[in-house]
Amino acid sequence: MAGFQVLNRTTGDRFTCQDGQSVLKAMEQLGLKCVPVGCRGGGCGYCKIRVLEGEFECGKMSKVHVPPEAVEKGEVLACRIYPLTDLTIECVPLPEAALAKQTTTKSLR
Amino acid sequence: MKKGVMRPGHVQIRVLDMDEAVKHYTDLLGMIETDRDDQGRVYLKAWTEVDKFSLVLREADEPGCDFMAFKVVNEEALSQLERDLVEYGVEVEQVPAEELKDCGRRVRFSVPSGHAFELFADKKYTGKWGLSSVNPEAWPRGLQGMKAVRFDHCLFYGPELAAVYDIFVNVLGFHLAEQVLDPEGTRIAQFLTVSMKEHDIAFIHHEEKGKFHHASFFLETWEDVLRAADLISMTDTSIDIGPTRHGLTHGKTIYFFDPSGNRNEVFCGGDYFYPDHKPVTWQAEQLGKAIFYHDRVLNERFLTVLT
Ligand code: FES
Ligand SMILES: [Fe+2]
Repeated sequence: MAGFQVLNRTTGDRFTCQDGQSVLKAMEQLGLKCVPVGCRGGGCGYCKIRVLEGEFECGKMSKVHVPPEAVEKGEVLACRIYPLTDLTIECVPLPEAALAKQTTTKSLR
Repeated sequence: MKKGVMRPGHVQIRVLDMDEAVKHYTDLLGMIETDRDDQGRVYLKAWTEVDKFSLVLREADEPGCDFMAFKVVNEEALSQLERDLVEYGVEVEQVPAEELKDCGRRVRFSVPSGHAFELFADKKYTGKWGLSSVNPEAWPRGLQGMKAVRFDHCLFYGPELAAVYDIFVNVLGFHLAEQVLDPEGTRIAQFLTVSMKEHDIAFIHHEEKGKFHHASFFLETWEDVLRAADLISMTDTSIDIGPTRHGLTHGKTIYFFDPSGNRNEVFCGGDYFYPDHKPVTWQAEQLGKAIFYHDRVLNERFLTVLT
């Protein structure tokens, strides 16, 4: 079968990612919502995930959201990783700054 | 009150990959590359702009906005504004002429929301692109993509809007055209102008300092906005939302992202402003409609995805 299988362990969602396609794009095309979608350009940090198993290539990502230490721990941006094998991923809890942002958002509603 | 600040002059945006960024801003937005410097920065302008550049791209490992600059009427006004800023307690930094090619000296300062701004009086006048200044044709041929008309404004996210308001209104002579007030009467969004436009710059309250929401480029018609949406699909560019209308300013708009995740807007229309206009107020309870007039619900991504 063409493409690679991606399993999101946090939500249980599975989807196929074509060769050369980013994990986020593959997920979006199938109408899944198991990773938050932001800029799709490696800039906003919204789509951060942790890769637990599998090999992948990385495109350029903002260093504020993905410092080199994070890449070593498999913490990367779903919009900027391209699988080379099947992958198992999990959602990364939003950092405190992002949680604070969400609270601000709520208070605006 | 007129203090001599005339209009947005330029914005310097950080990008992760210069080649991809230049392709985006030229092929898709239709801006024109006018120069490059030995730091590797690329200078661009939109076709109706008379100065040499309005957008500077700098390659960096983190996207976002370095600074936005306003052009002032002349050197005397620049010196006076500089003194006024210092007197008000704002620290200013001198950026020498030619730090940006063909641009005169710039006065740089930061505001409490964590954003850097500049004032300058001189930049090389190159005239509208592709048109003569004598008996000009309606528009030049050879424009690409969305054919952006001009760099129009930026929206920034950060804290301490009241302190930012004081600097822009009391020191720099901007006017408050529109605002969003929460139930306690605190201003959580401010749209400021130095012109007849409904905004030349805007701020929305956000805990984290120095965040960049979007740089916006003007188009003439709703048909142009629709055509921009078509081009976004044709080029598989990351879309945010639109085409739609804002409640705030009533502009007709579409949002999308550059290849490094910086948000762009192209828009047309919108209200106008004269100094005798009182500010338009939107209530925070109506923020959904204020931002997206048709959907009338808040879009999480619009409020939280920033560079
Ligand atoms: S969606 Fe913005 S970094 Fe991936
Ligand atoms: Fe805008």
